[in-house]
Order: sequence, then structure tokens, then C-alpha cells
Amino acid sequence: MNFFFEVLIGGLLAGVMYSLVALGFVLIYKASGVFNFAQGAMVFLAALTFVGLQEKFGLPLWGAFPLTLGVMVLLGIGIERVVLRPLVNQPQITLFMATIGLAFFLEGIAQIVWGTDVRRLDLGLQDEPIESIMTNFNLLVSKFDLAAAFVAGVLVAVLAVFFNKTRIGRALRAVADDHQAALAVGIPLKQIWAIVWSVAGFVALVAGLLWGARNGVQFALTFVALKALPVLILGGFESVLGAIVGGLIVGASEKLAEVYLPALMSEFLLKHYDISINLAGIEGWFAYMLALVFLLVRPEGLFGERHIDRV
Amino acid sequence: MSMSTDEVHAHNPARRIGDTVLSVENISLAFGGVKALTDISFDVRAREIRAIIGPNGAGKSSMLNCINGVYRPQQGVIRLDGQSFRRMDPHKAASMGIARTFQNIALFKGMSVLDNIMTGRNLKMSSNLLLQALYVGPNRREELEHREKVEHIIDFLQIESVRKTPVGRLPYGVQKRVELGRALAAEPRLLLLDEPMAGMNMEEKQDMCRFILDVNDEFGTTIVLIEHDMGVVMDISDRVVVLDYGKKIGDGTPDEVRGNQAVIDAYLGVAH
Amino acid sequence: MLYRESGQFKTSYAADQQLFPILQDRAAVLALLAFALVGVPLVATDYWFTAILMPFLVFSLATLGLNILTGYAGQLSLGTAAFMAVGAVAAYNFQLRVPGIPILVSFMLGGLSAAAVGVLFGLPSLRIKGFYLAVATLAAQFFIPWLLVKVSWFSNHSASGVITAQPVVIAGFAFDTPVRKYLLVLVIVAVMALAAKNMVRSRVGRAWMAVRDMDVAASVIGIRIMQTKLIAFAVSSFYCGVAGALYAFAYLGSVEPDGFNLDLSFRILFMVIIGGVGSILGSFLGAAFITLLPILLEVILTDVTAMTGIALPPGFISMAQLVVFGALIIFFLIVEPHGLARLWQIGKEKLRLWPFPH
Repeated sequence: MNFFFEVLIGGLLAGVMYSLVALGFVLIYKASGVFNFAQGAMVFLAALTFVGLQEKFGLPLWGAFPLTLGVMVLLGIGIERVVLRPLVNQPQITLFMATIGLAFFLEGIAQIVWGTDVRRLDLGLQDEPIESIMTNFNLLVSKFDLAAAFVAGVLVAVLAVFFNKTRIGRALRAVADDHQAALAVGIPLKQIWAIVWSVAGFVALVAGLLWGARNGVQFALTFVALKALPVLILGGFESVLGAIVGGLIVGASEKLAEVYLPALMSEFLLKHYDISINLAGIEGWFAYMLALVFLLVRPEGLFGERHIDRV
Repeated sequence: MSMSTDEVHAHNPARRIGDTVLSVENISLAFGGVKALTDISFDVRAREIRAIIGPNGAGKSSMLNCINGVYRPQQGVIRLDGQSFRRMDPHKAASMGIARTFQNIALFKGMSVLDNIMTGRNLKMSSNLLLQALYVGPNRREELEHREKVEHIIDFLQIESVRKTPVGRLPYGVQKRVELGRALAAEPRLLLLDEPMAGMNMEEKQDMCRFILDVNDEFGTTIVLIEHDMGVVMDISDRVVVLDYGKKIGDGTPDEVRGNQAVIDAYLGVAH
Repeated sequence: MLYRESGQFKTSYAADQQLFPILQDRAAVLALLAFALVGVPLVATDYWFTAILMPFLVFSLATLGLNILTGYAGQLSLGTAAFMAVGAVAAYNFQLRVPGIPILVSFMLGGLSAAAVGVLFGLPSLRIKGFYLAVATLAAQFFIPWLLVKVSWFSNHSASGVITAQPVVIAGFAFDTPVRKYLLVLVIVAVMALAAKNMVRSRVGRAWMAVRDMDVAASVIGIRIMQTKLIAFAVSSFYCGVAGALYAFAYLGSVEPDGFNLDLSFRILFMVIIGGVGSILGSFLGAAFITLLPILLEVILTDVTAMTGIALPPGFISMAQLVVFGALIIFFLIVEPHGLARLWQIGKEKLRLWPFPH
């Protein structure tokens, strides 16, 4: 039973990471209706830029962070100008494809500037079990994962306040509701979009640092970030809470599936059909299949709103 | 608007209003908590032109959407040709000879005028996928046969010169015609028109009126139409249903409706 | 002046419904086809066949497949490569396990297998649209290659699921040289392109476009949306499946399921976008462009290195490829969403009037 809880907790904490990436998607989707496929590339770019700056100029943590943030903000503004503005009022699917192009572009640029090596990223947090939990409950819970969960929690709280209590936040929600109406009441649409993309860049940076510190900064980060897509399908594209809950579900279920399912299925196949197969690697697709099944049952997601088509 | 339409009606012996073909009975429709239609009943007779009028938000389009199954009412029955339907579905409606146009033009923007109208022939075509891929024999014949039918409609609506233009590039008034053409291509017995003249200038309206009357006269098509222009409605329709806030407040000939106090109040805006 | 249709009056709808109503177009297409069949084999080298023409043709076919689904029926898929994998592996197994089965039948059955899988993964499209569907197709993209590797029966128990395609022999004639393989693939692709063109100008094609442009209106005129979408998935996956079979049997010879990865799916999507969404011709233009671009890029960058003496960092060329692809996608979506096919069309309009400005 302890093992089960360890896997579960490990999965939930990994899920926090997915949530962080998904959060960036939700922000942009809420404010501009753009499904930003490049969020993963932004995570990668942010982490790589951070490490690159550290290495090249010997900057400390607190020095590289604001610089990288500056880069991400500039990037956000640039994307608004170069990609989004000319594509305003285009079908969502066109914007989606444009962000696929953007993802390729950013991945290429990041690696041209900083090279293709796998980098180590040290945030001063150790990936080691917490002793008190170890002794009292006999469970392995990583310090690092817990810290990451804490950071994610703070980030969500900050964003919730930002969205609900500040003027910019209200404007954002207005824009999300209806572009035209928001323009009509004098909300500067372009600035709002630039701000949202910058905030998404900030979220990408946080996610990139945590992911990078855990698994190393490498191209594979972009694939991990793809996992945010099924998270969004579970949670609904417009809900911050959904991104969190979806992330936890995906993280936990895929870890549990990876640990328990292959053995169960192999045993079953061997016993009943005399087929011997090693089914490891379910983690690679489990989240997507889960999302696929979920789509058939509840297409709007757990926290999404059902839209009525008016004709 | 005076178009001496009464003459057309009076002098055409082929035009004889028949029995009830469609009746809606006690239809109620709600979106979440918002009631769009409350307990609406009326009937439509063969070969008549039946108008649905009412202020904005009265539920007129919702009514048409219930008739051809785009919306599913929570209560009520739709009776068509003696069959009753709790819920119509769009495909069933189309196959029973109901065609329609939409308030905000619902054409296929990326396709040419010709292709748009050809889609209206969809239900009348039958060759299988393989024949279509080879474009031989029956499929080739079928395409040509239907092309000819569609060309008649194009002639009738006087849009020959734009037949190969993508509809997205056409002016509004022409698009409205193409949409009518697509509905006509299905050779419907019952034609639902949602504000066919909205946003048109006088000349375009007159053309459209003429088309509607011609369709009704020549093919004996029954027509249910929503229209805001009272002049047009009173001129061309045989009977009128009046909706307000999702409720029926009047039903009868144009003259009867004109004299109905509830209708006058609704239009002049008496407090509810 | 040469390209003008004046004087070509059509007196029947049959004449107007022809594949290429303009005489010059007909002549040009026939000439091109004749050149591809006769001229190219005379002049092209083996390098041309194996490095350029084969990938171009195979990817054209896959692009046609995706274009039917995305361009015509409006359903975005990120799982193209997975359907190609199904086609390749299925064709291999039919050859392997059914004694005496003709290779063309195996290709066809490979396509049909892919179509069946495509329909399965297309089922969610009945309830969801746009990028939701794109995410659903990612499930196919990650699941199918995994399954093909794990169940070693598919690859006849070879390591990491690699399949080595059987020799291609039709009626005793072995297609064993690059030229012969090229000719075989050329004919298959030409026939399937013609079939695609025929479909999109018939009832089913109109139904696809209707569902793409406005599904409510489509259902109101009696088009069955569900059926139409699933047919699009089936036909599209069939094309991708046959493309996958040719990829394995004629182009590479041996493939592993992991080679049919997300990257390949994206590459084919890019061919659709750059070539022209909803255009048969565009599928070919896009495939040509994306196949040639890396080669050109490499030549240019190597020249630059040689001339300036600046050594490029390792992996620079493939990174530069990513950047150029990404930038081009954005560029085309902004400037010419209908891609190269539209540019071609504009060019033709101009040519029609030439030498007069209007």
C-alpha cells in the first residue's frame, strides 16, 4: 500500500508540472482565443536562455531570472506584433497552425543561440526524500517535488488575484468574453494581448526552471510540454482551476498506469492467450488516450462551459 | 411597398390553398433557464405563404429551428404529413422535403455558387464513393443531370455571371439569392425562409419578393417566412403568426392581425 | 498570349465539367505527365530518384491524404505519420502472411487497414472540432507506433519493430532499381491524385467542404455530418496508408515504427499549409517545396561556410531548418493562407491577360 501512495504522490507532483505548462495555455486561450501550441517551445526557450545566461556570463540565480524574464516579455510583445496582429479575426484553426509554426521557430532559434547540449540546471533544491515524512509515514516524498508544488500553488494564487482583482485582469476577462465589445468600451486590445503573452512567458519560465532542474534542460522538454494538451482537455481550456485539477489527474493516472497496467495486461495476455509481451512505455500515450476517451464523454472538459451554437 | 401581388394571387388558377401539411403543437423551448418559446401552436396549409412576425428576440428563428430539427424543443409535437415528431432531426426534415435559408447567411464560403447550389441536390444523388472517385458512368451522368437542374435555378435567380465565383466574394444581396437557390435545388415542398430580405435595398427586396412568389406559384411550394418589413409581409403572405417574448399573440390573415390589439401593443411597445 | 481561353466555347455541361476545361491546361498536364514518365527516367541520376523524386512522390500522396481531411473536410489531424505506419506495417504483413498475394493488393489492403484505424480515431470528431480534435489525433500519433513496436508479431519479431520490405515484383517484373521504383510510384500517385480530384468535384467532395464551411447548414440540406466526416477520415487514412506502404516498399526499403513520429506528421501538415489548404495541386507543390528546401538550405549553408570560412556549429543546418519551416508557416498563414496553389493561380490569371495589364 505504501508503494501505491508513493506512486500516487509522485504522479500528483509530476502533475503539478503539467499544470504549470497548461496554465500558460489557459491564460492565452482565455484572453485571445488562441490555442498556443508554442507554449512548450516557450518553456524550453525560457529554461535554455536561463541556463545559457548563467553559463555564459556566470550570473547567479537572481541575476539570470530577471534577464530571462525580460527576454520572455520581449518575446511576448514580439509575438503579438508579428504573428497575432496580422492574423486577427482569422479562424481559430489558422491561429493554431500559426503557433505550430511558432513552436518550430522558437525551438530552432533557442538551439541555434544556446547550442544543442543537454544542460544541468541547479536551483539549489535537492531531489531527495523528506526525512520527517520518511520516518513518520514511511513514504518517499521528494523535497524538490514538494517545493515545485508550493511554487505552482503560489503562482496560481497570484494569477487568480491578478485576474479577479486588478484592472488589467478585468480587462483581460472582458477581452476573453468578446473582443469587439471590449474594443468598444475602450480596452486597448493589442496591449492586453502583449501583456497576456508576457505573463504566459513568465509562467513558461517558472515551468521551464522547475522542469529543467528536475530532468535537465533538453529538447525533450517540448514533448513533456505536449502533455499539457490532454491536461487541458480534461480540465477545460478556459479554467485555471481546470488546468490544475487536469494536471493532477493526468500526472497521477499516468504514473499509476505505467506502474501497474503493463504487468496486469501482460499477465492477462499470457494466461489467456499465451502471448508474452512487455508493455512498458504506456506513459508515452496514456494521457492522450485518456483525453480521447474523455472527449467522447464530456467534450467541454471538467470545468469548461458548454457552448450553444446559435444559428 | 406596392407590387400588385394580389393580382398574381388572384389570377393564377393553379394556386389553390390545400389542407394542413405542417402543424406545430404546444412547442416550448428553453436554453438553460431562458425560455425562447412557450407553448406555441399553429398550422401551415399546402401552397400557402405563412409569415412569422414579431419584435427582435420574439423567438421567430428559434421556431424555424425547431421545425427543421436544428433545435430540439423540450415540449410539443411537430406534425408533418400526418407523422408526428417529438424531435425532428435536420436530416429527416430535409429528406421529408423541408429546405431553409438562414438569417445570417449560412452559405459555404469557400465554394463556388455552382457548388453551393449543387449541395442542395445532395439527397437526390446516389452514386457510391468508388464511382465518384473514378468519375465514370452513373456518377458522370448524375453530375451532368443535376448540373442542368442547377443551371435552371441559376437562370431563374439571374446569377449566371457569378456561377463560378466563390460565394465569399459576392455582395450580400447576391449571397441571399444563392442561399435561396441552394434551398430551391432540393425541390422542397416546404420552404422556410429566415428574413430573406434583411439588409436589402428596395430594388433587391422587390426582386426577392418576385422570386418567392414565383416559387410559390410555379412549383406550388409551401412557404413559411420570417420578415421584418411589414409592407412585404402584408403584401405577400396569406396568413400571419405573431410572436412576442416567445409567446403567440396573434394568428390570422394580414388584415385580422393588423387589427389585433395585442399585436399593436407589442409593436408599439406597451409595458408588460 | 499563348495562354488564353478565348475562342474555346463550351456548348455542353459535359465540356464545362471536364477536369481541365482550358485546352492549354490539358496539354500542359499531359506533357508534364509524359515528361515524368519518359523524359525523367532518361535524364535523372540515381541520386535524383532516391533523394528527391521518391520522397517527393510519396509525401505528395500523404499530403493529398491529409489535405482531403484537413483542407477539404476541415478536420485537423496531427496523426498522419501514424496512419502511414499502419499502412506500411499492414502491407508488410499481408505480403508476409498471405502466400502469393500480389503486391498491389497488399498496398491496397495496407491502405484499407489504415482507413479502418483512421475511422476509429476519427470517431471523436463527431463531438469535437478544431484543435480539440488535433489533440485527439495525437493519441493515434503516440499510441500506434508504440503498439507496433511492442507487439513484435507486427514486425515478425524483429528488433525494435523494424520491418524490411519484401521485393516489389508485379507479374514477374521486378521493380528493383531506382528508375523502376520511381515509375511504379509515379503511376500509383498519378492515379490516386486523379481519383482525389474526382472525389472533390463530386457529391462527396461538396459534402466535405460543406461540413468544413458550415456544418449546421450542411445538415439542414440533408448532408449526414457524421457519415461525411468518417468518410473523410477513411479516405484520408487510406491515402496515408498507401503512402506509408510506398514509403517502406519503394522509398526506404526498411522502416521502424518510431520513424513515423510526430515530426513526420508535422512535416506533412506543413506541406499542406504551404502547398495550399484544400487544393490537389497544392499537395504536390507543398511536398516539392518541403522536400527541396532542406537540400537547398544545406547547399546554401555549405557554400556560405566555404566562402566565408566561418565554421557552423554542429547541428546548425537542422536547427536552421526548424527556423525556416516555422517562419515560412507563419508567413504563409499571414500572407497567403491558400499557399503556393493560390500563387500559381494568380500567376495563371496574369498569364491569361498577358501582355495586357487588364
